Amino acid sequence: MDLTLSPSEEEFRDEVRAWLEENHPGPEPEGGLDEVMDFRREWQLKLHAAGWAGISWPREYGGRGATMVEQAIFVGEAARQEAPSPANVLGLAMGGPVVIAHGTDAQKQRYLEPILTGEEIWCQGFSEPESGSDLASLKTRAVRDGDEWAITGQKVWTTFAQYAKWCMLVARTDPDAPKHQGLTYFLLDMEQEGVQVRPLVQITGEGEFNEIFFEGARVPDANVVGGVGNGWGVAITTLMNERAGLAFGAISQVQNSLGRLARLAGEIRVNGGSAADDAHYRQRIAQLQIEAEAMRLNAYRGLTKTMELGIPGPEGSLGKWQWADINQGLNELALEIEGAYAPLTRGSEHAVDGGAWQYGFLRSRANSIEGGTTDILKNIIAERVLGLPRLR
Amino acid sequence: MYFDLNDEQRAIRDTAREFLAARYKPERVRELAESERGLERSDWEEMAELGWPGLALPEQWGGQGLGIVELAVLFEEMGYALAPSPLFSNTSCGLALAHCGSDEQRERYLAPLARGEKRGVPALWDAGSPVMIGEFQMEARPDGDGIVLDGEKVLVMDAAGADFFLVATADGRRHVVAADAEGLTLREEASIDPTRRLSSVGFDGVRVAAADSLPGAGEDYFQVFHRLCVALAAESTGVAQRTMEMAVAYAKERHQFGRPIGAYQAVSHRCAQMLLETENSRSVVYGAAWAADADPGSLPVAASMAKAYASDAGWRVPNASIQVHGGIGFTWEHDLHFFLKRGRANAALFGDAKWHRERVAAAVLDASGQPAAV
Repeated sequence: MDLTLSPSEEEFRDEVRAWLEENHPGPEPEGGLDEVMDFRREWQLKLHAAGWAGISWPREYGGRGATMVEQAIFVGEAARQEAPSPANVLGLAMGGPVVIAHGTDAQKQRYLEPILTGEEIWCQGFSEPESGSDLASLKTRAVRDGDEWAITGQKVWTTFAQYAKWCMLVARTDPDAPKHQGLTYFLLDMEQEGVQVRPLVQITGEGEFNEIFFEGARVPDANVVGGVGNGWGVAITTLMNERAGLAFGAISQVQNSLGRLARLAGEIRVNGGSAADDAHYRQRIAQLQIEAEAMRLNAYRGLTKTMELGIPGPEGSLGKWQWADINQGLNELALEIEGAYAPLTRGSEHAVDGGAWQYGFLRSRANSIEGGTTDILKNIIAERVLGLPRLR
Repeated sequence: MYFDLNDEQRAIRDTAREFLAARYKPERVRELAESERGLERSDWEEMAELGWPGLALPEQWGGQGLGIVELAVLFEEMGYALAPSPLFSNTSCGLALAHCGSDEQRERYLAPLARGEKRGVPALWDAGSPVMIGEFQMEARPDGDGIVLDGEKVLVMDAAGADFFLVATADGRRHVVAADAEGLTLREEASIDPTRRLSSVGFDGVRVAAADSLPGAGEDYFQVFHRLCVALAAESTGVAQRTMEMAVAYAKERHQFGRPIGAYQAVSHRCAQMLLETENSRSVVYGAAWAADADPGSLPVAASMAKAYASDAGWRVPNASIQVHGGIGFTWEHDLHFFLKRGRANAALFGDAKWHRERVAAAVLDASGQPAAV
């Protein structure tokens, strides 16, 4: 057991830290999503030029070939310094790794470089209105037409579809096969007739995600990834692989938020003292700190196990579940501490911390839904970690 | 960065798991729990042969010289087996002597304790006191070149059969008092946990020679306290692990409405929650154990995090396991209640969850950035 970084890992962390400190572009612009995306594109170019885009990708494909610990260090440090996301976050985290693992040489040649530079943004066409947690029941159809496929159906919760050039699309190519078979993974060009994007407004009032309607959209045969009928396996393996690295970013974010929560508690007056003097709030804040520490240590235990086994195990579901609980819990507590001021948000001059906690409270409602609902994660843990029988 | 047990630590775990499973089969634990003494001398002698009484005590004084990580590994297994054993109280006494005793006292008391030849037990808290960590009421009344003790100590673990007590006084010192000292009386108390007996020890003009008062005092015992919190939290983690496994096994085999009950999400999600709490508990315990060995500056907060979390998980997980078992889990005949009782007793001792959370809060929220002194 050794919870310290090795000398080479420490050197890597210092390098990451120094580079980020020097190149951090500051906070994201206020205003619309378009401005934010432009800002993130610029940031991604900078990351790419310095070799930080696709750090987990093998060197031969333009990545950095970083070890898992190095990835964790980079993601954790970037989140700690509150560096912006790169514009093409889904391309980097999922699209690229899918192409590298399952793509043809021609696909690797064509797609990887513009993912790294952010020149082409990717989105993920998995969920459908009728297929959420039961993803494999999806109905979007792909029908062969010569050396092309015609796509008809609807996808939903598609983050950044409005900016995307490519959609990672899972569609049904064989309606007669059992539901997990008969699916195929396509790369679909979003810039064509037959693809319509409609923004969905979230409870925060923002519009990160969308619905996509496909009416006879075309995909050439050459854009099938991993072979016809293998879409489920292609989609799932990459989902598992990317979760581990992202966890360390989420952990740093929670630690930053807990730091702000402690500061907030010190500033808000309660019963003649501050909320930080209040026994009840002290207990709640301490409990969140302890759970966040447990989450961080669990992630390191998981990383050690993944490095020994070569693949991440289903235990990663625990981390995603507890992250959602903690992040929701800390934002809920912040609003409690604000007391009667809790309704005031961005735009009100009396809003505490400029309404940041109101945004956090609302945005974090999605944490137990996005990327696998907490309820489904518990099923995964029960079935795949504990070996309990399936209900289905 | 490597957060798992190394080969040597795994060997300790495997040996402990094997020995304890053979020695403390459920029917044996029950027999000891229902026996008058609650302990068996021969078990202790076997543990002594394995070197457990001195596992984390210095080699110079008859110990194995291993660290707190290894100690946590052993105590997690002790909890898993729910071993009725004085190992924890003896280790408590040993660590105190190792950190705060004089060489002469170490030679005389620590060495036989580490070898398992003599058994020591701390007697810290005073009857009628609010039992605040680090605050004691018994006066060390000077008498010639020694002292005299009067009063009553409560919550003393494994007192019957101990060879000596390490008695805390209001000045923050500890004193070695032989179990057969004149004026000393023992009374076993009724406690919910029959697998670890708690006694009251009466002192009626008990004389302690100057040579038997340890030179350390007050703050010197913090490091001992933090390490013991980790060991007790490790034991509670083992209790959680075992009762989670019992729930999962039962949920697979028990059928209702034509299906194993583990197929129902009301049950399977409860089991998932038990796993989450057990794994969290294990992570904070080993994080703190590692801090004790490699990064002592972070130990006070880490130990409080471990004890706070494991205090809760140590009884909530058995509690959830009883719920999964239904009516059978509520019977005396089933073993679960022994685990619940140990977990709940552990939660109360060496600072409860609330007390340790307050220490974490102090580190996070107060200007000093450090937990209040113990």
